[in-house]
Amino acid sequence: MELNNIENLLEKYENGETTLKEEQELKNYFSQETVATHLEIYKPMFTYFTVNQKETFTKTVPLKSKKTISYKWISVAAVAILLLGIFFNTPIFQQEDDLGTFDDPMTAYNEVVKSLELISNSLNKGTEKLGYLDQLDAGMSKVGYLDEMETKTKIIFK
Amino acid sequence: MTQAEFLNIVIPFKDKIFRLAKRLLVSREEAEDATQEILLKLWNNKTKIEEYKNVEAFSMTMTKNFCLDKLKSKHAQNLKIVHSNYQDKNTSLQKQIELNDSVNWVAKIIENLPEQQKIIIQLRDIEQYDLDEIAKMLDMKNTAVRVALSRARKSIREQLTKTHSYGAK
Repeated sequence: MELNNIENLLEKYENGETTLKEEQELKNYFSQETVATHLEIYKPMFTYFTVNQKETFTKTVPLKSKKTISYKWISVAAVAILLLGIFFNTPIFQQEDDLGTFDDPMTAYNEVVKSLELISNSLNKGTEKLGYLDQLDAGMSKVGYLDEMETKTKIIFK
Repeated sequence: MTQAEFLNIVIPFKDKIFRLAKRLLVSREEAEDATQEILLKLWNNKTKIEEYKNVEAFSMTMTKNFCLDKLKSKHAQNLKIVHSNYQDKNTSLQKQIELNDSVNWVAKIIENLPEQQKIIIQLRDIEQYDLDEIAKMLDMKNTAVRVALSRARKSIREQLTKTHSYGAK
């Protein structure tokens, strides 16, 4: 009875008409120790299929995300650090914003005059130093004689 | 998509990719390389993976195409790799040797089948895919797959009978 069934299944199998379930039945049948002698020819076929199902891929695959992404973020971080550095070092940040105001316009005027005088005084100090430039000029004109000397030595050598 | 998520998607069918590649390329090393290549391609296109309805079927189609391309370039270079690493593990029993031997015969017979039949036998009898699924993977009609499958099965059986009776005489 069972053998009959298997034979029927085999015929269907060869015509490609069996379902996956029926094929599993065939595989089970042929995985037995003993099968009917006239069907023995099918045994290696089904054994091969069953054995082959178990082969596995053992190599590991190196999965890396693209490097460009990390570079992008590094540059972003660098810019952020740079901006933070500039921000905290600016004199504006270190100065106190509230300098105070004067209520009386007269005192305010006096203060302004005082500070302007201070500025002009120190400016004059600077210009006094510039007076030395005259002496430099005199020195330079003396150096000018060297040129004359050179022309004269040239004449001599000629 | 993180690496773990990707692996979760890929793990169930990575062996199937490998076995199909091995069926077509024969050599184990070549098949490993091909599998690695396919997985890397999937990884690089991981953003698109979610759009595919059936990643597994898509990967099998990819594997098939990749291996066939590889074979084509091999033929063009006139370089054929013949690499048979079928193992005989137990030699103590006569019967087992015989069986092992005929199992090897099956491998060799399948190796000599036309490529399309090879793929179909692999997908159906070893990986147990639905005929409809196979038809989709190979971009064929259901009936065409059935015919090729039937032909492949018959020719395996015929050649097995031939070698068997040859041994008996």
